[in-house]
Amino acid sequence: MTAAAAARKPNWFSRLAHPGRFLAWSRPVVAPLAALTAIVFAVGLWFAFFNSPEDYQMGDMVRVMYIHVPNAWLSQFVYATMTAAALGTLVWRHPLADVAGKAAAPLGAAFTALALYTGALWGRPTWGTFWEWDGRMTSTLVLLLIYLGIIALWRAFDDQLRAGRIVAIVTLVGALNIPVIKFSVDWWNTLHQPASVFTAEGPKLAPSILTPLMVMMAAFTLLFATLQIVSMRTEILRRRAETMARQAAAGEGG
Amino acid sequence: MTAFRALILRDLKLSLRVGGEALTLVLFFVMIGVIVPFAIGPDKALLARLAPGIVWIAAFLSMLLGLDRLFRADDEDGSLLLFRHAAIPLEAIVAAKVIAHWLLTALPLIVATPVLAILLAMDWDGWWRAVLSLLLGTPALVAFGALGAALTVSLRRGGLLAPVLILPLCIPVLIFGVGAIGAVGAGPAMLFLAAISLVVAAFAPFAAALALRAAAD
Amino acid sequence: MDHAVYIAWAYAGAAVFIAGLSGWVVWQARRVAGRLKALEDRGVRRRSAGSAP
Repeated sequence: MTAAAAARKPNWFSRLAHPGRFLAWSRPVVAPLAALTAIVFAVGLWFAFFNSPEDYQMGDMVRVMYIHVPNAWLSQFVYATMTAAALGTLVWRHPLADVAGKAAAPLGAAFTALALYTGALWGRPTWGTFWEWDGRMTSTLVLLLIYLGIIALWRAFDDQLRAGRIVAIVTLVGALNIPVIKFSVDWWNTLHQPASVFTAEGPKLAPSILTPLMVMMAAFTLLFATLQIVSMRTEILRRRAETMARQAAAGEGG
Repeated sequence: MTAFRALILRDLKLSLRVGGEALTLVLFFVMIGVIVPFAIGPDKALLARLAPGIVWIAAFLSMLLGLDRLFRADDEDGSLLLFRHAAIPLEAIVAAKVIAHWLLTALPLIVATPVLAILLAMDWDGWWRAVLSLLLGTPALVAFGALGAALTVSLRRGGLLAPVLILPLCIPVLIFGVGAIGAVGAGPAMLFLAAISLVVAAFAPFAAALALRAAAD
Repeated sequence: MDHAVYIAWAYAGAAVFIAGLSGWVVWQARRVAGRLKALEDRGVRRRSAGSAP
């Protein structure tokens, strides 16, 4: 999408979408967004420790849920973002789409890993082991493997534009498969575990739990937004630097 | 003879002329059946219990080993370029190659399952269920494999990347494949397996063709 | 059962992880900015450098 194309359709979307313009409007946004993230985290932590009663089922361990649930949710939300970016790359050839997808992948992997980590810590006093092959944790582990494969794929290509299209296909295929994987893992789980005494699912959350949880959800989502914007800026500038370096080498090489 | 059939025969002839590839894969398949008892001990009851899983892991790994050759040779000798501008659509070409690849890799494995069944102390009932589940499930593995191969065809040092990419996607196939051999839930598992194979075999040529085009631009 | 240990590990681990993640993102940004600055200092200009960055 060239400047001429953007000029032909100067709607708000294309104004935001052009890489150069993205750099322009995103620059003043980063610092305030980061500050807001920090503030919401502070509020969330206060709620988590000082303003939240013990859950009648889980006791004190509900406080681990305040980290686990947002990260579990983000692991899926970030993948949804990557799926949207993949569609943007393949269907609309949006110039920022593959940048967004590339930036989101390591972030999504990180949140998934943190969800697994906190899930294991929650599981130890609850189930007795750090890892239990229950449906949700297993599906989350598989999601992490998908993320890591996508990251490896990005790094395997020299040509990042070609990589963008290939990764987009993988992302979409993964998106279609994730429900199937969840279904098969749940089926596998019920097959191998006779009626469980405990529910490995998180307990139903009482309303007093909701406020700290929502605040922490917002905090982590803001964290993702901040890191995503910074990573996208970095990627755009990185590509710019590479183009310039190549031009310089071509000029000097003669 | 249609172009489609010609392509299948071409791939078959090429592979058989080079020779040995199908046999190497079968050898690998059988060897896994040999080394697992070394790893877990010769307890027959245990082996029989684990046999469905071992058979499927062996089949799975063997298929993963063989998937790189799906497009590599054509990419290297320029055939891929010709395919993209051929009279029949690229999707059909991919479908033909998938069929040929299944005949060359999955079918020999299925024929070799009796060896594994004996090594792993499977009973007759388990064995024919294993054959059936492999018949139903290997098309999905080959289709996913073709997709992985198409995605990484332009990578020189692709190596393990294609198996790593498609392994998570193949987990449902593995789950239902093994489930179809076991005693409990075999019926539904067979149906799910067949459904997955149908859907994946139908859609993979389109995704793989898309990937081949993206790789070539 | 003392849950405080697990809660501590969860929050401490999360804090370290988030700090590390943010640090990595910022480090990448600084690296690229440095690379760009070095190129611009050498006098390399983008072909489309007429418009503002």
